[in-house]
Amino acid sequence: MKIFVCIKQVPDTETKIKLSPDGLSIDPNGVKWVMNPYDEFAVEEAIKIKEKNAGAQIFAVTFGPKKRTADCLRTALAMGADEGIIIDGPEYSEPSLAAKALAKLIQSEGGAELVLTGKQSIDDNAFSVSQMIAEHLNIPHATAVSKCSIEGGKANVTSDLDGGAKAQLELTLPCLIAANKGLNMPRYASLPGIMKAKKKLLKEVDLASLGIDIQNQTKVLSMELPADKPPVKMLTGDSQAQATALVHALRDEAKVL
Amino acid sequence: MGKILVLIESQEKQIKRSSQELLTAAKKSGHTVIAMAFGADNAGLGSQASKYGAAEFQVFSGTEFNQYNSELFAAAMADLIQKNSMDFILGTATSLGKDLFPRIAAKLSSSVISDCTEMTIANDNIVVKKPVYSGKVFAKMTFDQSKHKFVLMRANQLPIEAGSEAALTAQPLTFSKGDLKTLVKEITKGKTEKQDLTEANVIVSGGRGLKEAGNFKLLEDLAAVMGATVGASRAVVDAGWVDHGMQVGQTGKTVAPSLYFAVGISGAIQHLAGMSGSKVVVAINNDANAPIFQKATYGIVGDLFDVLPKLTAELKKALN
Repeated sequence: MKIFVCIKQVPDTETKIKLSPDGLSIDPNGVKWVMNPYDEFAVEEAIKIKEKNAGAQIFAVTFGPKKRTADCLRTALAMGADEGIIIDGPEYSEPSLAAKALAKLIQSEGGAELVLTGKQSIDDNAFSVSQMIAEHLNIPHATAVSKCSIEGGKANVTSDLDGGAKAQLELTLPCLIAANKGLNMPRYASLPGIMKAKKKLLKEVDLASLGIDIQNQTKVLSMELPADKPPVKMLTGDSQAQATALVHALRDEAKVL
Repeated sequence: MGKILVLIESQEKQIKRSSQELLTAAKKSGHTVIAMAFGADNAGLGSQASKYGAAEFQVFSGTEFNQYNSELFAAAMADLIQKNSMDFILGTATSLGKDLFPRIAAKLSSSVISDCTEMTIANDNIVVKKPVYSGKVFAKMTFDQSKHKFVLMRANQLPIEAGSEAALTAQPLTFSKGDLKTLVKEITKGKTEKQDLTEANVIVSGGRGLKEAGNFKLLEDLAAVMGATVGASRAVVDAGWVDHGMQVGQTGKTVAPSLYFAVGISGAIQHLAGMSGSKVVVAINNDANAPIFQKATYGIVGDLFDVLPKLTAELKKALN
């Protein structure tokens, strides 16, 4: 079984974000980069499926500048993926381009029986790349998956919907599964895992060699930092006074009641 | 003038507020507004849609459209978009919209911009604003080459304007796709029938300060008075007190209510990432130095077990 896990490297939530001089992107310098948290669930699930399916192989793939994105693939390899592939791409690309590149790569590597992704990346929150990859590969998909079992050529999954609702889906393999939190507990890379990862194959592919249209179909007009919030109004007095003051403020000042 | 297709979602046979927002924005643009829906249950929504600006109403009304199936819905809607050369396609960033739109956009070699908080529709393009990098930056974006332009808006971001209602009958559409590789076995509802956090106008969220799962009752009481939805911090979800569907923050829901209560939540950056779109924030915490106060509009330093019952009682008085 060939399993492809698609990973994106994103700025750590705690990192300070500055804008580049042209105001059209963030300044990548000084940013701490990490594996997108939802992709960690996807890598962990791939390893779990491999443990149950002897002979399965896990390819961790990413799309982005190779000088930094190699790190997140090394992490995936240290967790237990078998091989890493980087599509060397620009600092920013829109979801539809990323999806085309990743789908084309999977095809050129002989296709996948299972594609695993995180349901969204925490940088642009697009929640799009997974479904787009599935469409390009002409395979079924499930998003926000919190339970998954693969057996007899089928994937039985639970997909989390709004309001706590859940859908039980049965997908015929090959298929794409986009992980939600709750799917598993991602393991930490062990020291032997990290040592082994250094010997695993990490290949680079040129975006141009994939032969896809690399024109972005959307563009950023400007980026701005959010306006400063006015300082908080603290409501003082005993609890009764605080409760009364708050209700007044919400009704008469903020007018949200 | 171009054509705008608006995907309508409903709850209890009423068009959701978020869909009303999209129709209103589409109407204002001067383009032709075509509302569409899935499922026999929604076949009667035409007149309601006309009130907010729809000139036409189309519905996939076969029984196979009563339950969401990504493969079938994507193929059917893509067919409709292509046959009618729809220029703009608008939907809400619900679990359905988010799952469906990207797949259709890819099918039609087009792009989607999702999770938007502002939208301006011009003659031949749309300009949107969306928070990126955990709400630390806002990006203003537009389409460049995309043939069809897909936008998913967050709920509660745009004004609604109701006009007069016209009798707009549904044009029933059919579409069949053999050999589906996706089988929907069952859809189970959540514990509450309330609005999802992402669509809620008022949210009451609780964190570790509540001390134990049973004390969420205090939040439920407060929420009941205001018709609010209850949310939670990551800490209490990880502790197993409440379901992950209630989590607000980076690995949970991104919310944008008019009023957000953070009760016993310290305000880790991952939590702030999920609620920074709230218009008015009330923080109740016993630690005056909790970071949540820096993001709050109103702050109460105090014992939440003492404050909450009094606040619930005061709100009840004020709202009656």
